[in-house]
Amino acid sequence: MHWFVLVGVVIVIVGFVLRLNPLLVVTVAGIATGLAGGLDLVAVVEAFGKSFIENRYVAIVWLVLPVIGLLERYGLQERTRELVSRVHAATTGRVLLSYLAVRQITAALGLTSLGGHAQMVRPLIAPMAEAAAETKHGDLPLTVRERIRAYAAATDNVGLFFGEDIFIAIGSILLIRGFLEQNGITIEPIHLALWAIPTAIAAFLVHGARLLLLDRRLAAQVEAARAEER
Amino acid sequence: MITLEFIYVLMGLLLAGITLVSARDRTNRKRWKNTAFWGMYAVTFLFGSYLPHLASGAMVIAMAAVAGFGGLGKGDPDTTTQAERVESAGRLRNRLYIPALLIPGLALLGTLTLKKATLRGTPLVDPKQVTVISLGIATLVALAAAVALLRPRAATPVREARRLMDTVGWAAVLPQMLAALGALFALAGVGKVVSEVTTRWIPLTTPFAAVVVYALGMALFTMLMGNAFAAFPVMAAGIGLPLIVGRFGGDPAVVSAIGMLAGFCGTLMTPMAANFNIVPVALLELPDEKSVIRVQVPTALILLAVNTLLIYFLAFRR
Repeated sequence: MHWFVLVGVVIVIVGFVLRLNPLLVVTVAGIATGLAGGLDLVAVVEAFGKSFIENRYVAIVWLVLPVIGLLERYGLQERTRELVSRVHAATTGRVLLSYLAVRQITAALGLTSLGGHAQMVRPLIAPMAEAAAETKHGDLPLTVRERIRAYAAATDNVGLFFGEDIFIAIGSILLIRGFLEQNGITIEPIHLALWAIPTAIAAFLVHGARLLLLDRRLAAQVEAARAEER
Repeated sequence: MITLEFIYVLMGLLLAGITLVSARDRTNRKRWKNTAFWGMYAVTFLFGSYLPHLASGAMVIAMAAVAGFGGLGKGDPDTTTQAERVESAGRLRNRLYIPALLIPGLALLGTLTLKKATLRGTPLVDPKQVTVISLGIATLVALAAAVALLRPRAATPVREARRLMDTVGWAAVLPQMLAALGALFALAGVGKVVSEVTTRWIPLTTPFAAVVVYALGMALFTMLMGNAFAAFPVMAAGIGLPLIVGRFGGDPAVVSAIGMLAGFCGTLMTPMAANFNIVPVALLELPDEKSVIRVQVPTALILLAVNTLLIYFLAFRR
């Protein structure tokens, strides 16, 4: 058995534990794995280049930066805070719960690019969630603000992951179908998509409940953070 | 026909603009590192489809070296103050949302309509890439709308994009780098070794044990690879099909669909899933690299347990 090829896995784990620059860690791990797998250096560099170029589409989201940056310059986040602070029913948990629902439903319809961290979370969702907490608790300690932002990012991820597999033409469903076909099993995508529904419901209940609990815990966290600052 | 290449050129032009702004920024002590990094990234977008893979690969490794040794810097970006933003938010009010909402709105419209649009018999956009191309076109229209509304100086959109790109930094490139790592793992046969290890060392004599090892294996291997797509063929070929389906008679649709979702629970818990867990940390300017992962772990663990039980109860329901 070629145990050596696991060297890349080891490098990645050690690199992350030692908090080295992930870009460098991943590059070194890739080169080491390629060499351990019997490729020569030229082939390794070529494989790097080929896959990097083929995966350029994942970077397309950065195309929104000029628009988002421009709108931020003219007060998009400030306007969002102002609007949310006027809605008295809005709490951090409820704002994020609504976004979770919208994200799951649109992802289930195949509209995965309607959300995202660059387009939605930074300019709109995180400021909304922060503003709702500010209305309730006044000016927020930095640690609490950061926690709310982390929850906003997490909510986008959970909504996307456990919504998209209900859509029959999403990558993972096509991958499963292709894999099963290679192994002599033919299954219609709709059957695979249907079995994603129980998990989608569970994800909404579990993460949604945690978001509502977050509302209760925010007051205590604001208190604690303020006591520590004093 | 509009293809992905069109979007790549747009992206390359944006990065070239960011490179220029970086090069002229005297407030950034590491400005030449930033210039080199974004400049090489721009080249991969503008010419990547024509360069030999060896040249692209060498550039990618050089980018990692620039970011890894000494790191990228941040200048003092030319933007508005908090007070100016509050003032302009009060003046522009909800009109500020028009460009922001044009992006998802047009991306949606494009996804729904452009697939079948033709111009003199040839498709208007590459039908296989409709979503990504729609998103690209939507951002262009939104930018035009924002410029018409706000009337900034010509270079301002690129300067503002540079400000945001600098907050994201090297993390912007990490998802692509991880895809390259995945390709090398596949070439070297890492998956096979891992599945040999799992099946050799763990006794799988009951359906429940097999389901548990399969679901946990999906999550763990996804955490290692950063991607459930890479874990699925390994675990499904190692345990899912031969044991759960073959020996114990489980339903392959349940085993594979929910197994993939067990993998997604792993995605929530690993820094290797960079575009979901590391990029937002940079984008939201959080000081702790693990803050997004930390709030996701409880949800992920509960859902992993739920998925394991769902496979067990649904796969053998007959």
